[in-house]
Amino acid sequence: MKAFAVLLERLAFTPGRNAKLDVLGDYLRHAPDPERGYALAALTGELELGRAQPAVLRAMVGERVDPELFALSYDYVGDLAETIALIWPQENTAQDVDLVEIVETLQDTPKTRVGPLIAGWLDRLEPSERYALLKLATGGLRVGVSARLARVALASVGTPKLEEIEEIWHGLSPPYQPLFDWIAGGEKPERAGFAPFRPVMLSTPTDLEALNDLPPGDFAAEWKWDGIRVQAVAEGGERRLYSRTGEDISGAFPDVVAHMGFEGALDGELIVRRGDQVAPFGDLQKRLGRKSPGKAMLASHPAALRLYDILTEGEEDLRPLPFETRRTRLEAFVADLNPERFDVSELLPFETWDDLASLREAPPEVVIEGVMLKRRDTPYMAGRPKGPWFKWKRDPRIIDAVILYAQRGHGKRSGFYSDFTFGVWDGDRLVPVGKAYSGFTDEELRKLDRFVRNHTVERFGPVRSLSPELVVEVAFEGLNRSTRHKSGVAMRFPRISRIRWDKPAGEADRIDTLRAMLPEVD
Amino acid sequence: MAEPLLIPRPEGLYCPSGNFYIDPSRPVARALITHGHADHARAGHGHVLATRQTLEIMAIRYGKDFAGQRQAYEGPLSVGGVDVSFHPAGHVLGSAQIAITHRGQRIVASGDYARVSNPSCAPFEPVPCDTFITEATFALPVFKHPDPADEMAKLMASMRAAPERPHLVGAYALGKAQRVIMLAREAGYDAPIYIHGALQKLCDYHIEQGIPLGDLRPATMNKAEARALREALVIAPPSAFSSPWVQRFADPVISFASGWMQIRARARQRGVELPLVISDHIDWVDLTRTVREVAPSELWITHGREEALMRWAELEGRVARPLHLVGYEEEPE
Repeated sequence: MKAFAVLLERLAFTPGRNAKLDVLGDYLRHAPDPERGYALAALTGELELGRAQPAVLRAMVGERVDPELFALSYDYVGDLAETIALIWPQENTAQDVDLVEIVETLQDTPKTRVGPLIAGWLDRLEPSERYALLKLATGGLRVGVSARLARVALASVGTPKLEEIEEIWHGLSPPYQPLFDWIAGGEKPERAGFAPFRPVMLSTPTDLEALNDLPPGDFAAEWKWDGIRVQAVAEGGERRLYSRTGEDISGAFPDVVAHMGFEGALDGELIVRRGDQVAPFGDLQKRLGRKSPGKAMLASHPAALRLYDILTEGEEDLRPLPFETRRTRLEAFVADLNPERFDVSELLPFETWDDLASLREAPPEVVIEGVMLKRRDTPYMAGRPKGPWFKWKRDPRIIDAVILYAQRGHGKRSGFYSDFTFGVWDGDRLVPVGKAYSGFTDEELRKLDRFVRNHTVERFGPVRSLSPELVVEVAFEGLNRSTRHKSGVAMRFPRISRIRWDKPAGEADRIDTLRAMLPEVD
Repeated sequence: MAEPLLIPRPEGLYCPSGNFYIDPSRPVARALITHGHADHARAGHGHVLATRQTLEIMAIRYGKDFAGQRQAYEGPLSVGGVDVSFHPAGHVLGSAQIAITHRGQRIVASGDYARVSNPSCAPFEPVPCDTFITEATFALPVFKHPDPADEMAKLMASMRAAPERPHLVGAYALGKAQRVIMLAREAGYDAPIYIHGALQKLCDYHIEQGIPLGDLRPATMNKAEARALREALVIAPPSAFSSPWVQRFADPVISFASGWMQIRARARQRGVELPLVISDHIDWVDLTRTVREVAPSELWITHGREEALMRWAELEGRVARPLHLVGYEEEPE
């Protein structure tokens, strides 16, 4: 448990993805089996334990500590597991408890009986291990490790590549012994289950200038839909819907899975579709937020796939075939599927790049992000090869906003105010509409930092509120309605594209400009 | 009814019989001061009685003329007819508890105190009394400060794991900074330690007082020099982390040595990557042990989490009262 507790602590306080990867890789290299497998499952939320309910834990601690002192402490600390870990009266000197023993015992214990069990372990552990135990038992580790990040860390430990790991990941279950044996130099695990994830083929960005060097006739073009890229796999009775990083999201989309009565693997865009109308991204986001959507949600926000490609059909792997052939196979395949849930993304007719440019300028639906270009003669390749597939996105939208708050950055930006919240005018007030962290040169970063220090109105911890003077040009990809933001809008991928030292704050944009960019609601 | 021996006033704790204040937060005619932290030792009093070291620390902080008259404590004395004696508090260099006795009544004002070993001052000495006045900075049962040597081991391990990143430890200028340096030396770290300019005089003073801190160098290097630093331990007051001073270092590990670091949310709020739970205040375990040991008939609580301590006293059947004194910060910057 000691090593796992140290891991949690380091992950919790280590900012930044790369640093987290180092910490995780270090642990995975040194921890024994099957401990590291269970730890990995716990971090990625794949460990199924009889979860300890907060009420059970409160009752448990109530037998050791005065409830009023506990309540005062909990108020102060703000986290139940942390409060219990710190307040637990330690009577004996600590002995370590094996993580494996804890996980395997919890797996075999009904929810109602975990209280005394946990209390017994708490008596034997030190505070940071008590914290790790309680987080494990309540199932909320929250240290910023996704399954994807965990796989990237695994790939750094041994010779198997990320794509290879992704391909077998979903056939395995904790503690993933065959996976670790393979990483240690053993045999590659047999595909343990049906319907595995296949590594996705991705595109690189392009523009008209770059395209002019390429023959248009070599490429097929289609719309780039604003949903999420998914892979629908149905094999031998097993049906799974994967995100493009290989997360299994089947549970959230039973309406799609119900109609996956085929044998094969399809690549497409997950969207919310009502009849012919593709709903704005915000509607899909509502679905993504629900792990198991209710009937009303399924009826009001029906999910569908707009298909791009076919990777396997029955036993046959179609990936080595050229795009054009796969496309023909896809069209034939889709004819048998429910048209409410599956359709094919149409190919765009064009002769010259200028033809395509004018299509791109005026897409028929707001939920189109641009166009995709695919070489007609290339196979389906994992990763992001340069050349076969391009995305030619719509130009970003631009507004002028006023910087309202600034926060200090981490790591290489330590001490610099580099994270900004900006707002636009609503009447004579400024309302925050977004946050941006990137888009500056070192020189700009220094100038911005100086500006923040000289224009601070108030400080709240690491955040400073600023006198509203500095205008920045914010570029973003799209806009959604939001009930979480006071302004009612939320930007996608905002970044600061230019600092307008010259522009007076009064000339920044108004909220109406943003509202006019919102997709229409049916 | 006889006049009380000490009463809380807006200026601080006042002794009417002796006409003096203890650790007043505003300028008064006569002040008795427990230790040199800025929230207890303020400038501008008419007359100050404190330990020689506390007086010298005040002179370093405020200049020689920080008070009209200065009197170093040399042994038990009478102030306006009240018997006064100073006793070690184990908090920082020069820190003392102040015991006042009058007409058979004794009150001990402990100021800030701690019971973990601290080589810069004499250990806390329990003084039997009728009323014991305690701080409550960390008076919640969640505060159990770990062994400072274990915390220092974390810092050393991090420096070994990330040798290319300078480690910047936030520590208050009086007491904590020197404590961190001493702990590093005890852990066998004998390379030069870089200190922020704001720590220089107080570190020099500790060395003068016979507390070895090893090779200290100013962390006032220019940017090129700072960027060239590898495997460096840098100590600075926490406020320096929000100033441009910190920008000279390349990808530093931000650490903070404080009792507050026991609470994760606190560490995260401050953007701390390596929290070190090193405190010079009394934690819950030692506080409750001390009250039982001193066994006063009344417990007075000055500043901090008095509610929890009141509840504990109730459970123990002890008489306790919160003083609600204003002007004491959780920890001085």
